[in-house]
Amino acid sequence: MSVLQDTSTLPDPIPVHIGGVRGGPPRSEVLRPDRWWVQPLVVVLGLLGFVVYATWAAFRNAHYYTAGMPRDYLSPFYSPCIVSSCPTKVVWGPAGNIGAVSPALLILIFPLGFRLTCYYYRKAYYRSFWASPPACAVADAGSTKPGGLRASYTGETRFPLILQNVHRYFWYVAVIFAGLLTWDAVLSFRFPGGVGMGLGSLIFVVNAVLIWAYTLGCHACRHVCGGGVKLFSKAPVRYRFWRSVVTPLNSHHQLFAWSSLIWIAWTDLYVFLVASGTIHDPRFF
Amino acid sequence: MMPIDTEPGTGGQPLPAEHKEPPSSRVPAEIVMKLWRGDAGGGEFVEYRLPAEEGEVVLDVVHRIQAHDAPDLAVRWNCKAGKCGSCSAEINGRPRLMCMTRMSTLPPGEPITISPMRGFPIMRDLVTDVSYNFEVAKQIPALRPGPKPPEGYRMAQIDIDRGQEFRKCIECFLCQNVCHVIRDHEEHKAHYAGPRFFVRLAELEMHPLDTLDRRAYIRERMGIGLCNITKCCTEVCPEDIHITDNAIIPLKERVVDAAFDPIAWLGRKIRRRPSPMSASEVAALGAAARSEASGGG
Ligand code: SF4
Ligand code: SF4
Ligand code: FES
Ligand code: FES
Repeated sequence: MSVLQDTSTLPDPIPVHIGGVRGGPPRSEVLRPDRWWVQPLVVVLGLLGFVVYATWAAFRNAHYYTAGMPRDYLSPFYSPCIVSSCPTKVVWGPAGNIGAVSPALLILIFPLGFRLTCYYYRKAYYRSFWASPPACAVADAGSTKPGGLRASYTGETRFPLILQNVHRYFWYVAVIFAGLLTWDAVLSFRFPGGVGMGLGSLIFVVNAVLIWAYTLGCHACRHVCGGGVKLFSKAPVRYRFWRSVVTPLNSHHQLFAWSSLIWIAWTDLYVFLVASGTIHDPRFF
Repeated sequence: MMPIDTEPGTGGQPLPAEHKEPPSSRVPAEIVMKLWRGDAGGGEFVEYRLPAEEGEVVLDVVHRIQAHDAPDLAVRWNCKAGKCGSCSAEINGRPRLMCMTRMSTLPPGEPITISPMRGFPIMRDLVTDVSYNFEVAKQIPALRPGPKPPEGYRMAQIDIDRGQEFRKCIECFLCQNVCHVIRDHEEHKAHYAGPRFFVRLAELEMHPLDTLDRRAYIRERMGIGLCNITKCCTEVCPEDIHITDNAIIPLKERVVDAAFDPIAWLGRKIRRRPSPMSASEVAALGAAARSEASGGG
């Protein structure tokens, strides 16, 4: 189902006159001498790299918690760990039995959905994977020949891409997740005999900060928290939040999208390395 | 991958290497410029060679070619100050204003190609027919303020500031030209506003006095769902309007409120707020206002 009206059947059709012949070199000819393909390539490699890592991490189903160690580190890929297979020391738990399935597979659906429908990641994969367009002033893949790959383009007007419009619901869940990861960062300061700090604690704090920077810079957040109001003058609190918190973070959304993605994988890897005994987590105090 | 090195006029995008060259001293003695010469029947690049001069922009060089080598060259310009939006073209394949592109920012010693905007019909040489955009402009339902209160209309400064960025638009139509929905998918032209008019629609939707609700109209008639937020419009805008982030995405989110968000729908029911205006209603009001303004009906 398309949400676009068939303008030819309307009582008040849109009189847009399209005529004339396009000129200049053919659209299929890329005149840009710069290496415009580098950016999409880097995005493809970066996202594929993360998918490969996350798949390994999600199916690992081991060494995601520093069990039996004087540390309280839980991998962000496995937080909140609320199933019965989670180590008992983990605060979230146990609330259900999923047998031998990795708890990460259930948990990751939400952050994955959040990032897949994120406006920045949409741009990134539409350009890099769909090649629609691969770079500015470079023709959409297949659009230059009749009947080509992208001969009929529908953007986000139809199923499945019309589902991108649910992004704000993933954002609501993402706020909860950001809270959970913040709590995990707090717990990473829990050491035998009281409060302490290891290198891991620092990594967890950076992780929570980056996740908040990404989540609060979300475009849906920007709309829900203030951008959607018609009169700022009638909503001073929302206006201030929109103006001084969300908008500045939003203008660096791409930066936080990547840094939080890379850092969350690194946090998981660090927990794995410590929990598996590969490295020793230095304690600062 | 991450935009660290940005400059005004690039919409916050990372600059490609060619724009980072240090100025003037690198300009070589000779310029090789390939200009597109032709019309609707076809054409080709014609190469011109001329001595370089200090401190020039691309339009200066084109004018020198016109003055000496090609008096019949068609090129449109007016202000030479980046304000009239007439001199849009594709310089080395990138949509830009000829008068705002310094020669010193282009790779020295390499031929420079200048072609007309490829998204619009050609008239001759570097001049394109951009009237399609004016046709689309007529479809935008104008500002519709409520009844004037006895003390006159009053607006708060913060409500006016919001649309200020959108009013910087010089209608160069570089964004319309680069937008792949228009450029690569001719079939959508009749029902797609394009970035410049999403900017206009955002300005109206955020206007403190406006009473129209264009959300259904924006979705069904202006085709906002066709935009896949790939940001090329933002990348080329010479006025540095953050078209995608500040106009298109906020409009998309407003459309979600009106059409895709069950909680927003429930909220309207509970608080007895009016349902979103239908596209036909908005179209009819827009048409009535137009004919009134033009002295008819
Ligand atoms: S962001 Fe949307 S409007 Fe802008 S160029 Fe891309 S598809 Fe076109
Ligand atoms: S929005 Fe920017 S690129 Fe588009 S017409 Fe206006 S000034 Fe030109
Ligand atoms: S827009 Fe990126 S997280 Fe919402
Ligand atoms: S001549 Fe006016 S914008 Fe270039």
